[in-house]
Amino acid sequence: MRGIAPVLLIALLTLAVGSVSAAVSVSEDAVHDVAAQLRCVVCQSLSVADSPSETAHQMKAIIRERLAAGESPEQVKAYFVEKYGTWILLSPPRQGFNLLVWIVPFAGLAVGLALVLILIRRWSRRPATGTDAMPLTADMRARIQREMSERES
Amino acid sequence: MSQRFRLLRWMIPLAVIPVLALLAYGFRTDPREIPSPLVGKPASPFSLTAFDGKPVSLDSLKGQVVVVNFWSSWCYPACYEEAPSLERAWQTYKDRGVMVVGVNFQDKDEPARRFLTQFGHTFPNAPDPSGRVSVDYGVYGVPETYFIDRKGRVRFKQVGPVSDDLLKRQIETLLAEAA
Repeated sequence: MRGIAPVLLIALLTLAVGSVSAAVSVSEDAVHDVAAQLRCVVCQSLSVADSPSETAHQMKAIIRERLAAGESPEQVKAYFVEKYGTWILLSPPRQGFNLLVWIVPFAGLAVGLALVLILIRRWSRRPATGTDAMPLTADMRARIQREMSERES
Repeated sequence: MSQRFRLLRWMIPLAVIPVLALLAYGFRTDPREIPSPLVGKPASPFSLTAFDGKPVSLDSLKGQVVVVNFWSSWCYPACYEEAPSLERAWQTYKDRGVMVVGVNFQDKDEPARRFLTQFGHTFPNAPDPSGRVSVDYGVYGVPETYFIDRKGRVRFKQVGPVSDDLLKRQIETLLAEAA
Protein backbone atom coordinates (compact mmCIF):
# COMPACT_ATOMS: atom_id res chain seq x y z
CA MET A 1 0.00 0.00 0.00
CA ARG A 2 2.77 2.41 0.98
CA GLY A 3 4.50 1.69 -2.32
CA ILE A 4 1.46 2.51 -4.42
CA ALA A 5 0.60 5.87 -2.86
CA PRO A 6 3.52 7.92 -4.29
CA VAL A 7 3.04 6.36 -7.71
CA LEU A 8 -0.63 7.26 -7.62
CA LEU A 9 0.20 10.78 -6.49
CA ILE A 10 2.65 11.25 -9.36
CA ALA A 11 0.14 9.84 -11.81
CA LEU A 12 -2.53 12.23 -10.54
CA LEU A 13 -0.14 15.18 -10.68
CA THR A 14 0.90 14.45 -14.24
CA LEU A 15 -2.77 14.11 -15.16
CA ALA A 16 -3.50 17.48 -13.54
CA VAL A 17 -0.55 19.17 -15.22
CA GLY A 18 -1.53 17.60 -18.53
CA SER A 19 -5.04 18.94 -18.31
CA VAL A 20 -3.80 22.40 -17.30
CA SER A 21 -1.43 22.65 -20.23
CA ALA A 22 -4.17 21.52 -22.60
CA ALA A 23 -6.51 24.18 -21.21
CA VAL A 24 -7.09 27.42 -23.03
CA SER A 25 -7.31 30.61 -21.02
CA VAL A 26 -10.88 31.84 -21.14
CA SER A 27 -11.84 35.49 -20.95
CA GLU A 28 -14.90 36.56 -19.01
CA ASP A 29 -16.16 38.08 -22.28
CA ALA A 30 -16.15 34.70 -23.97
CA VAL A 31 -18.13 33.16 -21.10
CA HIS A 32 -20.58 36.07 -21.11
CA ASP A 33 -21.02 35.77 -24.84
CA VAL A 34 -22.21 32.16 -24.61
CA ALA A 35 -24.18 32.77 -21.41
CA ALA A 36 -26.08 35.64 -23.03
CA GLN A 37 -27.42 33.25 -25.67
CA LEU A 38 -28.68 30.66 -23.20
CA ARG A 39 -31.90 30.80 -21.24
CA CYS A 40 -31.60 30.66 -17.46
CA VAL A 41 -33.55 27.47 -16.78
CA VAL A 42 -34.99 28.48 -13.42
CA CYS A 43 -35.93 32.05 -14.41
CA GLN A 44 -38.66 33.65 -16.42
CA SER A 45 -37.23 35.22 -19.57
CA LEU A 46 -33.69 35.89 -18.38
CA SER A 47 -30.44 34.84 -19.97
CA VAL A 48 -27.82 32.91 -18.02
CA ALA A 49 -25.62 36.01 -18.24
CA ASP A 50 -28.25 38.28 -16.68
CA SER A 51 -29.58 36.02 -13.96
CA PRO A 52 -28.25 36.28 -10.42
CA SER A 53 -29.54 32.79 -9.56
CA GLU A 54 -27.34 30.01 -8.24
CA THR A 55 -28.24 27.79 -11.19
CA ALA A 56 -27.12 30.49 -13.64
CA HIS A 57 -23.82 30.80 -11.73
CA GLN A 58 -23.31 27.09 -12.03
CA MET A 59 -24.18 27.14 -15.71
CA LYS A 60 -21.63 29.90 -16.23
CA ALA A 61 -19.06 27.77 -14.41
CA ILE A 62 -19.85 24.90 -16.78
CA ILE A 63 -19.53 27.21 -19.81
CA ARG A 64 -16.16 28.48 -18.53
CA GLU A 65 -14.94 24.94 -17.88
CA ARG A 66 -15.95 23.71 -21.33
CA LEU A 67 -14.41 26.70 -23.09
CA ALA A 68 -11.25 26.19 -21.05
CA ALA A 69 -11.17 22.57 -22.18
CA GLY A 70 -10.89 23.87 -25.74
CA GLU A 71 -14.51 23.62 -26.87
CA SER A 72 -15.82 26.24 -29.26
CA PRO A 73 -18.78 28.42 -28.21
CA GLU A 74 -20.88 26.47 -30.70
CA GLN A 75 -19.92 23.17 -29.06
CA VAL A 76 -20.79 24.54 -25.61
CA LYS A 77 -24.19 25.65 -26.87
CA ALA A 78 -24.68 22.26 -28.51
CA TYR A 79 -24.06 20.60 -25.13
CA PHE A 80 -26.86 22.61 -23.51
CA VAL A 81 -29.17 22.02 -26.48
CA GLU A 82 -28.51 18.28 -26.16
CA LYS A 83 -29.64 18.40 -22.53
CA TYR A 84 -32.46 20.93 -22.66
CA GLY A 85 -33.50 21.06 -26.32
CA THR A 86 -33.55 24.19 -28.45
CA TRP A 87 -35.75 25.72 -25.73
CA ILE A 88 -32.54 26.74 -23.98
CA LEU A 89 -31.49 29.01 -26.85
CA LEU A 90 -32.82 32.54 -26.47
CA SER A 91 -32.98 33.00 -30.24
CA PRO A 92 -34.58 30.14 -32.13
CA PRO A 93 -32.25 28.45 -34.62
CA ARG A 94 -32.66 29.76 -38.18
CA GLN A 95 -33.97 26.61 -39.79
CA GLY A 96 -37.20 24.78 -40.54
CA PHE A 97 -40.41 26.11 -39.02
CA ASN A 98 -38.43 28.52 -36.85
CA LEU A 99 -37.41 30.46 -39.96
CA LEU A 100 -40.92 31.96 -39.88
CA VAL A 101 -39.99 33.84 -36.72
CA TRP A 102 -37.07 35.42 -38.55
CA ILE A 103 -38.85 36.14 -41.84
CA VAL A 104 -42.42 37.11 -40.91
CA PRO A 105 -41.63 40.37 -39.03
CA PHE A 106 -39.50 41.71 -41.87
CA ALA A 107 -41.95 40.51 -44.53
CA GLY A 108 -44.79 42.14 -42.56
CA LEU A 109 -42.87 45.37 -42.33
CA ALA A 110 -42.16 45.34 -46.08
CA VAL A 111 -45.81 44.63 -46.93
CA GLY A 112 -46.95 47.38 -44.54
CA LEU A 113 -44.54 49.92 -46.03
CA ALA A 114 -45.62 49.03 -49.55
CA LEU A 115 -49.27 49.40 -48.55
CA VAL A 116 -48.65 52.82 -46.97
CA LEU A 117 -46.78 54.02 -50.07
CA ILE A 118 -49.57 52.88 -52.39
CA LEU A 119 -52.26 54.52 -50.24
CA ILE A 120 -50.33 57.79 -49.90
CA ARG A 121 -49.95 58.00 -53.66
CA ARG A 122 -53.62 57.24 -54.19
CA TRP A 123 -54.82 59.78 -51.61
CA SER A 124 -52.55 62.56 -52.81
CA ARG A 125 -53.90 62.13 -56.36
CA ARG A 126 -57.59 62.46 -55.52
CA PRO A 127 -58.04 66.27 -54.96
CA ALA A 128 -56.74 66.99 -58.48
CA THR A 129 -59.51 64.93 -60.03
CA GLY A 130 -62.11 66.25 -57.57
CA THR A 131 -61.83 70.07 -58.18
CA ASP A 132 -62.87 70.25 -61.78
CA ALA A 133 -65.86 68.04 -61.17
CA MET A 134 -68.08 71.09 -60.44
CA PRO A 135 -67.20 74.20 -62.43
CA LEU A 136 -68.46 77.48 -60.99
CA THR A 137 -71.00 79.06 -63.34
CA ALA A 138 -71.81 82.79 -63.58
CA ASP A 139 -75.27 82.10 -62.15
CA MET A 140 -73.81 80.31 -59.16
CA ARG A 141 -71.31 83.12 -58.50
CA ALA A 142 -74.09 85.71 -58.56
CA ARG A 143 -76.17 83.63 -56.17
CA ILE A 144 -73.33 83.24 -53.72
CA GLN A 145 -72.68 86.98 -53.73
CA ARG A 146 -76.36 87.71 -53.19
CA GLU A 147 -76.67 85.35 -50.27
CA MET A 148 -73.48 86.61 -48.67
CA SER A 149 -74.68 90.18 -48.73
CA GLU A 150 -78.06 89.12 -47.31
CA ARG A 151 -76.31 87.54 -44.37
CA GLU A 152 -74.22 90.59 -43.68
CA SER A 153 -77.15 93.03 -43.64
CA MET B 1 -65.46 52.93 -53.30
CA SER B 2 -66.75 49.37 -53.64
CA GLN B 3 -63.32 48.29 -54.84
CA ARG B 4 -61.74 49.46 -51.62
CA PHE B 5 -64.27 47.59 -49.52
CA ARG B 6 -63.68 44.45 -51.50
CA LEU B 7 -59.97 44.78 -50.74
CA LEU B 8 -60.68 45.28 -47.03
CA ARG B 9 -62.99 42.30 -46.95
CA TRP B 10 -60.07 40.15 -48.01
CA MET B 11 -57.41 41.89 -45.97
CA ILE B 12 -59.10 41.60 -42.59
CA PRO B 13 -59.46 37.81 -42.52
CA LEU B 14 -56.07 37.51 -44.15
CA ALA B 15 -54.53 39.34 -41.20
CA VAL B 16 -56.79 38.02 -38.43
CA ILE B 17 -56.93 34.29 -39.20
CA PRO B 18 -53.18 33.54 -38.86
CA VAL B 19 -53.03 35.50 -35.61
CA LEU B 20 -56.06 33.65 -34.22
CA ALA B 21 -54.57 30.32 -35.30
CA LEU B 22 -51.29 31.15 -33.58
CA LEU B 23 -53.09 32.21 -30.38
CA ALA B 24 -55.30 29.11 -30.45
CA TYR B 25 -52.19 26.96 -30.68
CA GLY B 26 -50.20 28.99 -28.15
CA PHE B 27 -52.82 29.12 -25.43
CA ARG B 28 -53.42 25.41 -25.59
CA THR B 29 -49.81 24.47 -24.94
CA ASP B 30 -48.32 24.76 -21.48
CA PRO B 31 -45.14 26.87 -21.69
CA ARG B 32 -43.76 25.03 -18.65
CA GLU B 33 -44.10 21.66 -20.29
CA ILE B 34 -40.93 21.28 -22.28
CA PRO B 35 -40.32 17.88 -23.84
CA SER B 36 -37.00 16.48 -22.69
CA PRO B 37 -34.63 15.67 -25.53
CA LEU B 38 -33.07 13.06 -23.24
CA VAL B 39 -35.92 10.55 -23.37
CA GLY B 40 -34.69 7.54 -25.33
CA LYS B 41 -31.04 8.53 -24.96
CA PRO B 42 -28.43 6.97 -22.67
CA ALA B 43 -28.58 8.51 -19.20
CA SER B 44 -25.58 10.67 -18.30
CA PRO B 45 -23.28 8.94 -15.86
CA PHE B 46 -22.82 10.59 -12.50
CA SER B 47 -20.93 9.90 -9.34
CA LEU B 48 -21.86 11.79 -6.22
CA THR B 49 -21.27 11.43 -2.53
CA ALA B 50 -24.44 10.80 -0.56
CA PHE B 51 -25.33 12.68 2.62
CA ASP B 52 -24.25 9.61 4.58
CA GLY B 53 -20.82 9.73 2.92
CA LYS B 54 -21.31 6.71 0.67
CA PRO B 55 -20.62 7.00 -3.06
CA VAL B 56 -23.56 6.93 -5.47
CA SER B 57 -22.85 6.37 -9.13
CA LEU B 58 -24.96 5.39 -12.08
CA ASP B 59 -22.26 3.07 -13.40
CA SER B 60 -22.59 0.84 -10.36
CA LEU B 61 -26.32 0.46 -11.06
CA LYS B 62 -26.06 -1.05 -14.54
CA GLY B 63 -28.71 -3.68 -15.17
CA GLN B 64 -31.10 -2.17 -12.67
CA VAL B 65 -34.09 0.06 -13.19
CA VAL B 66 -33.10 3.44 -11.74
CA VAL B 67 -35.39 6.21 -10.59
CA VAL B 68 -33.49 9.50 -10.24
CA ASN B 69 -35.43 12.13 -8.35
CA PHE B 70 -34.30 15.77 -8.16
CA TRP B 71 -35.63 17.55 -5.07
CA SER B 72 -35.06 20.46 -2.71
CA SER B 73 -36.07 21.19 0.84
CA TRP B 74 -37.35 24.60 -0.31
CA CYS B 75 -39.57 23.03 -2.93
CA TYR B 76 -42.83 23.18 -1.05
CA PRO B 77 -45.35 21.64 -1.45
CA ALA B 78 -44.50 19.49 -4.50
CA CYS B 79 -41.36 17.81 -3.10
CA TYR B 80 -43.08 17.25 0.25
CA GLU B 81 -46.09 15.69 -1.49
CA GLU B 82 -44.06 13.16 -3.45
CA ALA B 83 -41.51 12.25 -0.75
CA PRO B 84 -43.59 9.51 0.96
CA SER B 85 -44.41 7.94 -2.43
CA LEU B 86 -40.72 7.72 -3.31
CA GLU B 87 -39.90 5.97 -0.05
CA ARG B 88 -42.86 3.59 -0.51
CA ALA B 89 -41.72 2.76 -4.06
CA TRP B 90 -38.18 2.11 -2.77
CA GLN B 91 -39.51 -0.21 -0.04
CA THR B 92 -41.70 -2.07 -2.54
CA TYR B 93 -39.18 -2.52 -5.31
CA LYS B 94 -35.72 -2.49 -3.72
CA ASP B 95 -35.50 -6.28 -3.78
CA ARG B 96 -36.66 -6.47 -7.39
CA GLY B 97 -33.74 -4.79 -9.13
CA VAL B 98 -34.89 -1.21 -8.70
CA MET B 99 -32.79 1.64 -7.34
CA VAL B 100 -34.14 4.98 -6.21
CA VAL B 101 -31.63 7.84 -6.06
CA GLY B 102 -32.39 11.31 -4.76
CA VAL B 103 -30.35 14.25 -6.01
CA ASN B 104 -30.58 17.37 -3.89
CA PHE B 105 -30.87 20.42 -6.16
CA GLN B 106 -29.71 23.97 -5.20
CA ASP B 107 -30.10 23.43 -1.49
CA LYS B 108 -28.29 23.96 1.80
CA ASP B 109 -26.88 21.05 3.74
CA GLU B 110 -28.80 21.48 6.97
CA PRO B 111 -32.38 21.91 5.64
CA ALA B 112 -31.71 19.09 3.15
CA ARG B 113 -30.72 16.73 5.98
CA ARG B 114 -33.76 17.81 7.97
CA PHE B 115 -35.97 16.97 4.98
CA LEU B 116 -34.45 13.48 4.75
CA THR B 117 -34.97 12.89 8.48
CA GLN B 118 -38.53 14.19 8.32
CA PHE B 119 -39.51 11.68 5.63
CA GLY B 120 -37.22 8.91 6.88
CA HIS B 121 -35.73 8.34 3.43
CA THR B 122 -33.67 5.15 3.35
CA PHE B 123 -32.65 5.28 -0.33
CA PRO B 124 -29.42 7.09 -1.22
CA ASN B 125 -29.65 10.87 -1.47
CA ALA B 126 -26.77 13.05 -2.60
CA PRO B 127 -26.21 16.77 -3.01
CA ASP B 128 -25.14 18.13 -6.39
CA PRO B 129 -23.02 21.07 -5.24
CA SER B 130 -21.72 22.10 -8.65
CA GLY B 131 -25.07 21.59 -10.37
CA ARG B 132 -23.35 19.47 -13.00
CA VAL B 133 -25.58 16.44 -12.67
CA SER B 134 -28.68 18.65 -12.80
CA VAL B 135 -27.53 20.24 -16.07
CA ASP B 136 -26.56 16.84 -17.47
CA TYR B 137 -30.14 15.74 -16.86
CA GLY B 138 -31.63 18.93 -18.21
CA VAL B 139 -33.29 19.78 -14.90
CA TYR B 140 -34.98 23.16 -14.91
CA GLY B 141 -36.89 22.94 -11.68
CA VAL B 142 -37.77 20.63 -8.84
CA PRO B 143 -39.21 18.13 -8.51
CA GLU B 144 -38.24 16.22 -11.63
CA THR B 145 -37.94 12.46 -11.85
CA TYR B 146 -36.20 10.35 -14.46
CA PHE B 147 -36.83 6.68 -15.09
CA ILE B 148 -33.84 4.81 -16.47
CA ASP B 149 -34.18 1.31 -17.91
CA ARG B 150 -31.86 -1.64 -17.37
CA LYS B 151 -29.88 -0.72 -20.48
CA GLY B 152 -29.14 2.69 -19.00
CA ARG B 153 -31.43 4.75 -21.21
CA VAL B 154 -33.71 7.52 -19.98
CA ARG B 155 -37.22 6.32 -20.71
CA PHE B 156 -39.49 8.81 -19.00
CA LYS B 157 -39.26 12.20 -17.40
CA GLN B 158 -41.81 13.44 -14.92
CA VAL B 159 -41.95 17.17 -14.29
CA GLY B 160 -43.71 17.87 -11.00
CA PRO B 161 -44.46 15.46 -8.16
CA VAL B 162 -44.66 11.72 -8.71
CA SER B 163 -47.55 9.70 -7.28
CA ASP B 164 -47.66 6.09 -6.07
CA ASP B 165 -49.60 5.29 -9.20
CA LEU B 166 -47.12 6.86 -11.60
CA LEU B 167 -44.11 5.27 -9.89
CA LYS B 168 -45.75 1.87 -9.98
CA ARG B 169 -46.75 2.20 -13.64
CA GLN B 170 -43.32 3.37 -14.84
CA ILE B 171 -41.30 0.94 -12.73
CA GLU B 172 -43.47 -2.06 -13.67
CA THR B 173 -43.18 -1.17 -17.36
CA LEU B 174 -39.39 -1.07 -17.18
CA LEU B 175 -39.18 -4.19 -15.02
CA ALA B 176 -41.29 -6.12 -17.53
CA GLU B 177 -38.67 -5.54 -20.21
CA ALA B 178 -35.86 -8.00 -20.71
CA ALA B 179 -32.52 -6.88 -19.36
